[in-house]
Amino acid sequence: MSVVELAAVSKTFGRGKTHALEGIDLVIEQGEFVSLIGPSGCGKSTLLRIVGDLIQPSSGSVVVNGKSAHQARLDRDYGIVFQNAVLYEWRTVAKNIALPLEMLAWSRAKRSERIGELLDLVELTGFENHYPWQLSGGMQQRVSIARALSFSPALLLMDEPFGALDEMTRERLNMELLDIWRETESTIVFVTHSIAEAVFLSTRAVVMSARPGRISGIVEIDLPQPRTAETREDPRYFELVTEVREALARSGAEKAVEQELVAGDDQ
Amino acid sequence: MPGAVERRAATFVLVLGTLWGLWEGWHWIGTHYKLTWPFAVNDITMPHLHTIVKALFQPAQANGPKLITVLWHASLFTAKEAAVGLVIGGVVGFAIAVVLSQSGLLERGIIPYVVASQTVPLLAIAPMVVVGLGSKGVRDWVSVSILAAYLTFFPVTINALRGLKSADPNAVELMRSYAAGRWKILWKLRVPSSLPYLFSAFRIAAPVSIVGAIISEPAASIQGGLGGAIVNFNQYYSIEPQELWATNVIAAALGITFFVVVVLAERAVVRRAPEQVA
Repeated sequence: MSVVELAAVSKTFGRGKTHALEGIDLVIEQGEFVSLIGPSGCGKSTLLRIVGDLIQPSSGSVVVNGKSAHQARLDRDYGIVFQNAVLYEWRTVAKNIALPLEMLAWSRAKRSERIGELLDLVELTGFENHYPWQLSGGMQQRVSIARALSFSPALLLMDEPFGALDEMTRERLNMELLDIWRETESTIVFVTHSIAEAVFLSTRAVVMSARPGRISGIVEIDLPQPRTAETREDPRYFELVTEVREALARSGAEKAVEQELVAGDDQ
Repeated sequence: MPGAVERRAATFVLVLGTLWGLWEGWHWIGTHYKLTWPFAVNDITMPHLHTIVKALFQPAQANGPKLITVLWHASLFTAKEAAVGLVIGGVVGFAIAVVLSQSGLLERGIIPYVVASQTVPLLAIAPMVVVGLGSKGVRDWVSVSILAAYLTFFPVTINALRGLKSADPNAVELMRSYAAGRWKILWKLRVPSSLPYLFSAFRIAAPVSIVGAIISEPAASIQGGLGGAIVNFNQYYSIEPQELWATNVIAAALGITFFVVVVLAERAVVRRAPEQVA
């Protein structure tokens, strides 16, 4: 069953002056982990927001869970995670995680039981009464992920969730995210500009080009599951990194991703 | 090592001592060198501070109660007017901000009138309010509260509006992803985001409410408050200036008390990262 179906989706901003996206066709199946990768300005975050009905497309159709994106949002079919954790600083960790549950009018008892499970899942047990400013960046992002998972949405939209974190924290959270993905059997759409991250995490990497934002290629990531630390040393991993890199280069994005190439070579 | 409380007390005494020294020092220089610029210094323009303090503990009128007793009761009366005015101004000011925050067009259309309201002198509208509401049976002190509210709503509206709009755009997207409507977003996100701004407004509005009450009391012919006392002692200034000065000191103390109450309330209510606490 397909979770996301995009057909001929285009988006222009400012009375047709900026072509953010043009002719996007993409189908995402249940249980997939799809990365959207491309240079800044290729519209990958815009595309994610169109799936989440936070931005309306200028044309084309968007179907999520077999219904319109708008209806899917009203049915709370997806959870979203941003680059910044976006935690409410006046709420404790537990209360931040409970925010969507409050909106769904869960009872206090049910909420606190769920908070316990989620803290366990993101390894933050014992921090429930901390305030966000008392946590490190990585811990804040874990709270944000727990919040997105709280009401068990089948679809998780992630907009460069680890982009602001240091490399070591990022790799650890990559592993944790894969565990969560397997445990919850959810579908993940993951925006990133890191080739290494896209290859390591995904089942498919969607390579995008800039101005206008188009899909310039799709790379099937056929690395064995579950992915482990050894995956990063697998020769196939390096082949796929090269393949994604070349797809990006073909899309005319060499300059924009040079930094990631250097970062990728380090591993 | 002295503790925080001791350090605070020491700073307080030091500042008070310095101000005392400056006042008495200028008094001495002014009288010794017979300064006439910027003003002639004598015991009428600048009474000795000890004269002012002494005046507090003497009867203001022959056989009457001590001045400080009179001013204590006047302060309580003015405090009541100001507190009610602050609450009315706070509620009305916040309500206006909530309405204006809902539409940019509304905000651009209404804000000029909100600003214009503050250019009308309180003295000009005080008689209208007192007479107008008085004819409807509203008590005079309530009219004074409403005049104080006229001054206090303004900083509340301006700051609350900024606070309501200060929410992180991603947080708004987050709320929309939970299918939250306008009012859920307002209540769960925008209002809590506005609280630090709101308390900044109350820090300004609290002393202003007392100024508003004091200025409005004479217009309402109220004798029992600090405004009445100030008008009264004004008439005797050329003979006994210390009594007006003493009243000013008490009025200032009342303003500071209001400010401190707001700061304490803020500490109890607002949860923020320590480095962002003003």
